[in-house]
Amino acid sequence: MPKDGGIGASSKRREDVRFLTGAGNYTDDINIHGQAHVFFLRSDIAHGTITSVDTSAAEAMPGVVKVFTGADFEGVGSIPCGWQVTDRHGDPMQEPAHPVLAQGKVRHVGEPIAAVVAETLAEARDAAEAISVDIAELPAVVNMKDALKDGATKVHDDLTSNLCYDWGFVEENKDAVNKAFDEAAHVTSLELVNNRLVANPMEPRVAVGEYARGTDEHTLYTTSQNPHVIRLLMGAFVLGIPEHKLRVVAPDVGGGFGTKIFHYQEEAFCTFAAKACNRPVKWTSSRSEAFISDAHGRDHVTKIELALDADNNFTAIRTETHANMGAYLSTFAPSVPTWLHGTLMAGNYKTPLIYVNVKAVFTNTVPVDAYRGAGRPEATFQLERVVDKAARELGVDPIALRRQNFITEFPYATPVAVEYDTGDYHATMDKLEEMGDFAGFAARRAESEKNGKLRGLGVNCYIEACGIAPSNLVGQLGARAGLYESATVRVNATGGLVVMTGSHSHGQGHETSFAQVVAEMIGIDESMIEIVHGDTSKVPMGMGTYGSRSIAVGGSAMVRATEKIINKAKKIASHLLEASETDIELKDGAFSVAGTDKSVAWGDVTLAAYVPHNYPLEDIEPGLEETAFYDPSNFTYPSGAYACEVEVDPDTGKVSIERFAAADDFGNIINPMIVTGQVHGGLAQGIGQALLENCAYDENGQLLSASYMDYAMPRADDLPMFSVDHSCQTPCTHNPLGVKGCGEAGAIGSPPAVVNAVVDALQSAGKDVTHVDMPLSPDRVWAAMNG
Amino acid sequence: MYNFEFAKPSSVADAVAALGEEDAQALGGGQTLIPTLKQRLASPTKLVSLKGISEMQGVCTGDDGALCIGGATCHATVAAEAGAYPALASTAAHIGDPAVRNRGTIGGSLANNDPSACYPAAALASGATIVTNSREIAADDYFQGMFTTALDEGEIITEVRFPVPEKANYQKFVQPASRFALVGVYVAKFADGVRVAITGASNDGVFRWAEAEAALSANFSADAIDGLSLSGDDMISDLHGTDAYRAHLCAVMTKRAVAAAA
Ligand SMILES: Cc1cc2nc3c(=O)[nH]c(=O)nc-3n(C[C@H](O)[C@H](O)[C@H](O)COP(=O)(O)OP(=O)(O)OC[C@H]3O[C@@H](n4cnc5c(N)ncnc54)[C@H](O)[C@@H]3O)c2cc1C
Repeated sequence: MPKDGGIGASSKRREDVRFLTGAGNYTDDINIHGQAHVFFLRSDIAHGTITSVDTSAAEAMPGVVKVFTGADFEGVGSIPCGWQVTDRHGDPMQEPAHPVLAQGKVRHVGEPIAAVVAETLAEARDAAEAISVDIAELPAVVNMKDALKDGATKVHDDLTSNLCYDWGFVEENKDAVNKAFDEAAHVTSLELVNNRLVANPMEPRVAVGEYARGTDEHTLYTTSQNPHVIRLLMGAFVLGIPEHKLRVVAPDVGGGFGTKIFHYQEEAFCTFAAKACNRPVKWTSSRSEAFISDAHGRDHVTKIELALDADNNFTAIRTETHANMGAYLSTFAPSVPTWLHGTLMAGNYKTPLIYVNVKAVFTNTVPVDAYRGAGRPEATFQLERVVDKAARELGVDPIALRRQNFITEFPYATPVAVEYDTGDYHATMDKLEEMGDFAGFAARRAESEKNGKLRGLGVNCYIEACGIAPSNLVGQLGARAGLYESATVRVNATGGLVVMTGSHSHGQGHETSFAQVVAEMIGIDESMIEIVHGDTSKVPMGMGTYGSRSIAVGGSAMVRATEKIINKAKKIASHLLEASETDIELKDGAFSVAGTDKSVAWGDVTLAAYVPHNYPLEDIEPGLEETAFYDPSNFTYPSGAYACEVEVDPDTGKVSIERFAAADDFGNIINPMIVTGQVHGGLAQGIGQALLENCAYDENGQLLSASYMDYAMPRADDLPMFSVDHSCQTPCTHNPLGVKGCGEAGAIGSPPAVVNAVVDALQSAGKDVTHVDMPLSPDRVWAAMNG
Repeated sequence: MYNFEFAKPSSVADAVAALGEEDAQALGGGQTLIPTLKQRLASPTKLVSLKGISEMQGVCTGDDGALCIGGATCHATVAAEAGAYPALASTAAHIGDPAVRNRGTIGGSLANNDPSACYPAAALASGATIVTNSREIAADDYFQGMFTTALDEGEIITEVRFPVPEKANYQKFVQPASRFALVGVYVAKFADGVRVAITGASNDGVFRWAEAEAALSANFSADAIDGLSLSGDDMISDLHGTDAYRAHLCAVMTKRAVAAAA
């Protein structure tokens, strides 16, 4: 029976009413009286020395308020990086300055060189065309391996090379891993590319800066997943504005997928320019600008090796990855190929020895940072591809090989520094076998063959780590931030309540699911609860939403704050009921004395808190508002098993996905409908990466896929009807809700399933194809078949 | 977008006059031109919309049996009303998305002559006649390479006349991002022979595949293509496919078009 509210109910997403009726309030909807518009003149050259920038003609153009160049930002801070990785030798990564507007050099196509603030956007754009910029072009550094060669052109002249860091993990295990490979009965190795992606949220980035001269207060409205983090990074490191003079608001945000976590130059610019011009300054990215200024995702080139003993037990894994950082270090870029990737290399398997080497490289491309899954898809892809390849080489069933090596006892400490609290990998695989109707595959393959098509089945597992934590550990790993979350629960006199959460919703439906949790805890109707987020002047502190952390970390903080509320409310109730506090029970929104029929309603208690005529004033303060900070003791570890069935047209190489099944273990679930939606979206993005999306640069650093004419986004008709299930539940043991997080799983788990399926299809036709790099576009598949 | 003036004449004569001004440009459905303007890649001083000219609208059958389509007729109308020539109606029905089909026009498509567009293949394979305000141009003379046509400055396509073949079919293998044709093959069988026009593949824009036409004129079956191939030497190589892949697809799509038509 579906419940009609509270935890476990598929409550309809309350926020959708405003989104779907055009009543949302996105950043671009914010227009402030007197606002001017900025247009950024961006480099169309990937690498070069700026020899002159002449703005005099532009300054004389109609409507121009002010023209800014790098020179205006000389005393201003650098866009900071939020994570410092220490390399194999104990040295800190190389960390170049990241100016708001280019200083001396341009380092990627799209880097802002100058900015024109004018009365209208058209006037700003006209004036930008009148700026004359001379750039002495330098050779572009595009290929990561070439970038590391001796004598390669340097992206940053003040660094020793293009190597950001050379990371080894776990460095102490390196020799033992090599020894295991020497002793292995079988070694499978695979070289692969994890293709670069453009996040493409539906809403492009927008920033509006405002300055109140009278109070010296700055406000930035921005399309951000974590406004408090932007306030800290921009205020403390770039512009020197203390938090109490800086408000950052991220109102309705139309999708982020990671690329709206980071602090961008345009945010700092609009905040700075609002004061310099004494006018609100607005920037709205065009889609074309988004392609060359939003941080990209993925872009790893990896060699992975898997060692097995004579009984097909995994004995060791060794990887070497080149990870593209782009031209500058975006906010969390260094952490993605290291702590979000190396720590996941055990996957679902009890491989005793693992060594991961990552070389992060600067190139003349857009900065690369976290994108849905961030590091975990890269880990899952290589691991699940190499396991599949091993099964084929050994002639064993890929599912059986996986099952044989599954971790089955929990908690389980991996050789890559994390401890899985719970999981049941056989259970999700059992579920998958049922959902995928593997027994019927042979008949479906025969049917496809009759129609001249090749059919393939690909299976894989994944493990993910959500809610990166605890703060003291991540601090040791180089995070320059804590990774807790805060929540304030403010109960009003008439019983309604407001939850101010540091988690940020940009499509995830928090306003619905968070309200369900509090409704369940107190036993009141969801409509009595308002979820407030995205404004530093309303929410005390927040670390924002990414890494599937919202319910696990933000939800836990909210639970803790609500528990404090309930405790205090019980004290008030015990006073009203003239009973001992320990005898008070809260059920269905009423406080009663155990074993009696005496009770007071929730609303009586909240009213007493604010109108304390009959109130234990000597024991407790009036009012009912509590704040909690929650710092998790561990990550959470969702896991699952995915299956993809494809048909390949052997004449054209075109792949079509015929069936897709996903069996996930997300622990306890608050709103099954929202979880299903998250999985659907993740699958679409993962399949998009596997089949369609290709962010490609040419050798001059020009982006070839710079619009939707060349960058293929997944569309509804590229996808099958998904079969998803999340009934396998091993609750998290260390957070109050037993939840794990579900936002990224689909994007993490699906690419290997697709590629495994295509390889299976091609091999079924006798083709000696062991791997095809993503995206598996028709031409690539055809070339692989005919290569 | 730069500023421009806008005119919406109601007759071809007025449109021609308006286009006589320096840097004036015709506007059909704007599906190509408006994005170009938004990116500031063109700066006409005046746009002359052809959408208000009733004599350039609609689909009818001419005295000679040819299907006549007004130059400002949108793809959706062709899809709905070109029932007398089903392959053409189906081609129109698969151009872009509903918004594109309800704005974009046949005249705009043929004037633009995008090397990956669909209508150029249909017109060339059908041996259509491009009628302008001043003359009639045979399709064989009209297409002159990528984005290049026989049109003079200011010349307006007022109508396109399609002889209706006995059998015809268009097979479009879509480029995954734009969903234009990565390779599109239009095959039309007339009493006096078969014409095969290929779009998407060549650096020279739409072209006829003479060898396939000869083979199919002798034997209108997919088998007739066996053993025939095109060289990829002058074909497009890009992110979405090499020249060799495109050359391969030409043969595959030709066979499929013949099989579907036969
Ligand atoms: C998302 C998208 C998908 C598309 N997919 C496809 C596809 O799959 N296949 C395909 O073939 N096309 C596709 N198109 C292109 C579409 O068919 C356009 O409609 C067409 O290319 C241009 O027609 P238009 O009427 O919009 O012309 P406009 O954009 O208005 O004009 C294009 C050019 O033609 C000139 N012009 C316009 N009308 C005339 C006329 N009557 N006489 C002389 N010159 C004229 C204009 O001056 C301009 O130079 C797509 C377009 C978009 C935006």
